[in-house]
Amino acid sequence: MSLAQRLLNGDRRALARLLTYVENEHPDGEAALSDLFGHTGRAHIIGVTGAPGAGKSTLVTALAKALRAMGKTIAILAVDPTSPFTGGAILGDRIRMVDLTNDPGVFIRSMATRGSLGGLSRASRDAVRLFDAAGYAIVLIETVGAGQSEVEIARIAQTVLVVEAPGMGDDIQAIKAGILEIADVLVVNKADRPGVDTTVRALKLMLELGHPALRANIDSHHGRMVAVTPQPEAPNGNSAFWLPPIVQTTATTGGGIEPLIAAIERHHAYLRESGTLATLESRQINTELHERLRELLLRRLLDALPPHAIEDAVARIQRRETTPHEQIAQLVDAEQQPRL
Amino acid sequence: MSLNRPIRVLIAKPGLDGHDRGAKVIARALRDAGMEVVYTGLRQTPEMIADAALQEDVDVVGLSILSGAHLALVPRVRELLNANGMGDLALIVGGIIPEDDKPALLAAGVQAIFTPGANTEDIARTIHEIVDGKAAPA
Repeated sequence: MSLAQRLLNGDRRALARLLTYVENEHPDGEAALSDLFGHTGRAHIIGVTGAPGAGKSTLVTALAKALRAMGKTIAILAVDPTSPFTGGAILGDRIRMVDLTNDPGVFIRSMATRGSLGGLSRASRDAVRLFDAAGYAIVLIETVGAGQSEVEIARIAQTVLVVEAPGMGDDIQAIKAGILEIADVLVVNKADRPGVDTTVRALKLMLELGHPALRANIDSHHGRMVAVTPQPEAPNGNSAFWLPPIVQTTATTGGGIEPLIAAIERHHAYLRESGTLATLESRQINTELHERLRELLLRRLLDALPPHAIEDAVARIQRRETTPHEQIAQLVDAEQQPRL
Repeated sequence: MSLNRPIRVLIAKPGLDGHDRGAKVIARALRDAGMEVVYTGLRQTPEMIADAALQEDVDVVGLSILSGAHLALVPRVRELLNANGMGDLALIVGGIIPEDDKPALLAAGVQAIFTPGANTEDIARTIHEIVDGKAAPA
């Protein structure tokens, strides 16, 4: 029986092995994804991001425990950084997820970024698809500790939680562009600590500055700001725009987890009822196609260039005989010349 | 033959050891040797370790044991790994292991044993040899 078929039958070892294949770009991984693609699109994909030390792993654990108690099956993808110097990584998120082990309804996989920027690994998207096809109702993705520009998670997740903690930055940090703009739910964790009111106030201010009717979406591929046309009020009186709620939690004790789950479910319902879910998915697929095309074309170009073409170009540019722009034009032309 | 991907290792501490200084030193050394090290923390049961090894699809499981319970814990982990279809997964043990106990552990399906004072580079090299040996065409 194929690994894909075994995965569909609930074989956890097959899922684990396919995750490895996908991560290592093994051809069997791609083949399995083709077989399984028709089984994807059912899971609720939730991203959890935020600064290092904000409590992401603990929050993911608390969320998973509460969701398990509600009878939902959960897959967790926990991403940690690869050392840029050695290529190695310490994947330590399981330390905080001890309460979730030995539960057949939970599958935890740790993944290293392997040089990819943006807080995720290259294989994250396909790993989520494997979890989805395996029938997990909820996929939780925990990014590496993220700063202000690690927004890759918005290209994969349907609901993005941005986790902050008191005392981790003043209100200027909170209004910087980037990570807060991708939040669907803002979580102020460690709410038992002093300074929580200041943090909540700063986040509220940030949200008010970005009035929902004027909220712009970052065009996923080009990074341009695209104005979003305000929608007329929906008949039920709810705005068609989602205003991210701020939820306070104390993940270590489970405090605030119920309201957080309620906020996540409200967001999921909003996505479905407003039709945003389909728009979001089409935008994510569009981004993915651009990314993969760019990668493929670059690889083809580099493969087709004569040996040392890049090195020669570098040397000529360094001698000021030509410019980077001219060289690029020449390299692309060279690739397009039919070679006899 | 060496692999063109990082080796994945699970470092686990079964039993009731009070600290994990040694396990962390090893985890760091293996990371510095270019491996991806899943570390699971203190006080793991053999069941938890086998389940984590399955989900993480690691190449090697390294058990760190200081408590003296190795003769009970190690064979149990091996048994569970085998029962989960991971009979070919390498198992190594580090910690306070008396000379006299080593043959029993090796017989129970342990590939390598390291005691205090072991050179971390030797440990990394041994892991490379075990994994490369498995990956090489027979």
